Amino acid sequence: MDFLREATWSPYLVGGLIGLLNVATLVFSDKLLGASTSYVKTSGMIAKIFNKEKVGKNEYYATKIPKIDWGWMLVFGVVIGAFISSRLSGTFNVVLVPDLWATEIADSIFLRVLVAMFGGIVMGIGARWAGGCTSGHGISGASQLSILSWIAAICFFIGGIIAAGLVFGF
Amino acid sequence: MDTVQKNKKLQLVLGLLFGIIFGFLLQKGGVTTYEVIINQLRLIDFTVLKIMLSAVIVTMILISVLYPAKIVKLHPKSGSIKNSIIGGLLFGIGFGTLGYCPGTVAGAVGSGNIDGLIGGVIGIIIGSGIFASVYTTLIKKRIVVIDKFSNHTFFNNMKYHPLIYTVPFAIVLGLFMFFLEAIGF
Repeated sequence: MDFLREATWSPYLVGGLIGLLNVATLVFSDKLLGASTSYVKTSGMIAKIFNKEKVGKNEYYATKIPKIDWGWMLVFGVVIGAFISSRLSGTFNVVLVPDLWATEIADSIFLRVLVAMFGGIVMGIGARWAGGCTSGHGISGASQLSILSWIAAICFFIGGIIAAGLVFGF
Repeated sequence: MDTVQKNKKLQLVLGLLFGIIFGFLLQKGGVTTYEVIINQLRLIDFTVLKIMLSAVIVTMILISVLYPAKIVKLHPKSGSIKNSIIGGLLFGIGFGTLGYCPGTVAGAVGSGNIDGLIGGVIGIIIGSGIFASVYTTLIKKRIVVIDKFSNHTFFNNMKYHPLIYTVPFAIVLGLFMFFLEAIGF
């Protein structure tokens, strides 16, 4: 079982296995891989603590019901799976500022977290607007030959290339 | 399979199990690392695209067999071209500044990236909440719209067996990756 301890696997092998996993979820759960919906459900669960009535009346939360479901458990599982994988290979490492950011931008934890938070907020809005993320549109939607998913996935990369270019220089 | 799909408690366990495998694979693929994602967007390292396209090829080919046999149902997303472009570009700006996406950020947290947790995860939750709170206004003002491509999939427009279309498409995607390798990526 030494291969489980390897730090990285071939991207083609990983992609192929994600494809098989995607079909398994479709067969056993009638769902495809996707992560972003779980975040809006979490936002609803948190908002419910403060104002249950308002969340109850919200039209968006009527379609994305804020409760723990299959997709939420999937994202929670991703945290555990990555933890297991990184522990097995010895690559688990508590990082506050990624190396690339520290060497090319700044050592400051505050600046990194601020920019990451900005990115997260814009990403959260964009994912809801487009109706999915890199896995939901980029893998699952694209595999189902959905025109909306192909356009969204291409736009993820166009926006990402521009943003990364603005941060690190083109 | 219907009884499995309708057993709610079992589905929560399956969701967790599938998630663990997904996270394991994302980490082994290296895409839970900030550098790998950012260097994809800087067009230096094509790991992200190779993983995505390989996953698309396998899922698409298997769907081509299972869907006509009525073993699986499809779930194309609702929305519009306009939503995909605006939302996609916004998402992309987040992608390039955060350096993770909603799936890989969870994996980044699992492998110890604190910026993924206090910046990324919390940020995505806040952003999603903002969208939910303005959703009604966005719909009323027709900024967020639904068009004829909502829930559309080419699998429903095929005259012949899906493999007739998807095998050549898979070859094109495969050749694209072969080309990337050939030029040194």
